[in-house]
Amino acid sequence: MVSEGSTRLAAFDEMLPETTGLRRPYSAYDRWLKEQDPDRLIQKMQDAERVFRKTGITFAVYGEQEASERLIPFDIVPRIISGQEWRRLALGIEQRVQALNAFLDDIYHRQEILRAGRVPKELISANEAFLPEMIGVRPPAGVYTHIIGVDIVRISENEFYVLEDNARTPSGVSYMLENRETMMQLFPELFQQIKVRPVENYPALLRQSLAAVKPRGVEGTPTIAVLTPGIYNSAYYEHAFLADQMGVQLVEGPDLRVVDGHVAMRTTEGYKQIDVLYRRVDDAFLDPLTFRPDSALGVPGIMDVYRAGNITIANAPGTGISDDKAIYSYMPEIVEFYTGRKPILGNIPTWRCSEPDSLKYVQEHISELVIKEVHGSGGYGMLVGPAATKKECEDFAKKLAARPANYIAQPTLALSTCPIMTGKGLAPRHVDLRPYVLVSDRIQLVPGGLTRVALKEGSLVVNSSQGGGTKDTWVLDD
Amino acid sequence: MLLGRTANGLYWMNRYIERAENMARLVDAGLRMALTRTQDASEEWHSVVISAGSDVAFTQKYSEFTADNVADFLLRDTSNPSSVMSSIETARNNARMVRTALTRETWESTNEAWMALKRMLARPIDQRDLPSVLDAVKRETALIRGSLFGTQLRNEIFDFSQLGTYLERADNTARILDVKYYVLLPSISWVGSTLDNYQWESILRSVSAHRSYRWVYEAEYKPTNIADYLIVNARMPRSLTFCYRFILEHLNFLCGDYGARHASHATAERIHAMLKVGSIKDVFDSGLHEFLGNFIAENTRLGDQIAEDYRFY
Repeated sequence: MVSEGSTRLAAFDEMLPETTGLRRPYSAYDRWLKEQDPDRLIQKMQDAERVFRKTGITFAVYGEQEASERLIPFDIVPRIISGQEWRRLALGIEQRVQALNAFLDDIYHRQEILRAGRVPKELISANEAFLPEMIGVRPPAGVYTHIIGVDIVRISENEFYVLEDNARTPSGVSYMLENRETMMQLFPELFQQIKVRPVENYPALLRQSLAAVKPRGVEGTPTIAVLTPGIYNSAYYEHAFLADQMGVQLVEGPDLRVVDGHVAMRTTEGYKQIDVLYRRVDDAFLDPLTFRPDSALGVPGIMDVYRAGNITIANAPGTGISDDKAIYSYMPEIVEFYTGRKPILGNIPTWRCSEPDSLKYVQEHISELVIKEVHGSGGYGMLVGPAATKKECEDFAKKLAARPANYIAQPTLALSTCPIMTGKGLAPRHVDLRPYVLVSDRIQLVPGGLTRVALKEGSLVVNSSQGGGTKDTWVLDD
Repeated sequence: MLLGRTANGLYWMNRYIERAENMARLVDAGLRMALTRTQDASEEWHSVVISAGSDVAFTQKYSEFTADNVADFLLRDTSNPSSVMSSIETARNNARMVRTALTRETWESTNEAWMALKRMLARPIDQRDLPSVLDAVKRETALIRGSLFGTQLRNEIFDFSQLGTYLERADNTARILDVKYYVLLPSISWVGSTLDNYQWESILRSVSAHRSYRWVYEAEYKPTNIADYLIVNARMPRSLTFCYRFILEHLNFLCGDYGARHASHATAERIHAMLKVGSIKDVFDSGLHEFLGNFIAENTRLGDQIAEDYRFY
């Protein structure tokens, strides 16, 4: 069950805030927009949809037979971030990513942070995302999370919060790239008038980044492959897109096997060794000999190859322990513990329902809060209190009472809005932002990311599985 | 370097595109017969279904060979794995799987063919719309072929694609001839009747060769000429010899690239030699049906061998 998430919160509009008027990053765009013929813009919206369909940029929606391939709606109004805003965000993200990797290394080795009492032991040992198989394993180059998508929300001119750290297999980067490509096709003149920092080198950076963390002992250029669950996976388009753009093989579990202590793929000329595997398959399915025995998506024995240091798996198995929603609430402590500094980017205050006092508070304020499953994702299984009916709140309260440790709660934030183009002109809608971070011997961000937008008026749920759309995200070169 | 699974996907993607096109052509030939004959056309529709290799599945579902039933079964029915809709769907699924091996143009033309035909074949086809639907199938598959030829690098990816196309095409041409072989058998009682002319034209029409036949041979249809055209003629793009010329060429490219010769090379050479008959009359003398039956079996064996030699599975 998913609530609609409609609310009427007074939100900060990133283009045209009510109190201060048009914001500076949007001034050039606004000038251009005022010169446009509205009918032409509507036409462009339709053009965009045709481009996406033709290209096959679709995603699968689970459980909907008829609409098994859908487009993520694309809005033609860009979300614009000034260079200065970006620099601050980038610093905060880098700090966070550094802390996440240090945390993972610590958790799977000495567990200093637990000994110091900053994070409770039970939270780790009883957590499904913690993989005992990773204890004592040091991944090539010491990197755990090679690709991270940090979800950020904005509340006001100066308040940014991290909503979620996606440290397992964050998706959506292909939309960041295709959105830009589409915008440049639709409005080439805009990109001549406004200096927008490019994002299209992401696949090249990703390839370099993966090559930089090749296993020890691999001479020369490593062989890289992208592992996909196959064409029926919701993000298959992205897997194929990234493999294609990087110029590497797109492999499936049945293509791979362990040969002489290495992972190898079946080619028309026999088995060829793979050195770096960018896997888009969850931990549980990675190795039927170590994890789920019924998995046909993984490679039997790959964990042994990994532990022997003969393959790089990106992201490393077991990184889920760092983006777990229960761990999330400890992120300020985690950042400070490993970087020695206060976090640059704030966390949203979070009540852990496993703690009796918090649970009591959440139960008393259920209609005001957003309540999420600790292990949930994709906007499934959450309650947006202010938008839910009385019945929905009561039903959810029962689930909460039955398994309190399964939930966390956060205040309902008035996510910033950004205008979208509708048949009747511009209209504000809530947005979030997912920049993509690459970690190898250094941390790299492409200036931009994926802006997700809740297309329904007033809705706060931006997930594509729940009717969200996307926008091109511009970081200005100013 | 190419994954075995990718080679497999390319091979079947192109087999199914070819199959979709052949299916449309078969229905087209049947339709033509039905329009030009005053008598009951069910016999002609029956032979269309047999040529399509769908006799058993069809009779499980229908009792009558009518234009509507046959067209629906061969064009739209997704329970028939060889219908145009199923073929395009399978071709496109394979194309998605091998997306990284295709140019943008090849992928988009395949995806657009799927979108267009899915829309067009969503509802039962009104007989009046049948010609335009058949045209659309031929046009969409021609666009895919055009993109493939115009944009794909001539490497192993292209070789496996073409192997799929020509194996499927050879199978199709041989089946059509086999189903109609009795029409071609010289028989005193049939010679000269107009009905026979229609039958013969229908064979040529099934492989889009009814006009070009006249450029190559005399205007009159003769069984030996028709068989010669579809089996031996090396310039006729749907003849068995033509198909094997290219199958051999692409297998040889693979041999050169990989520096390895496999069992499939020997098999293809053997089949190609078998097609080099001194005179088509020899084939008739020793039995056209036996000749074609043997060819179809060998052609299938070659497909299996290619899959094994190049580690498709």
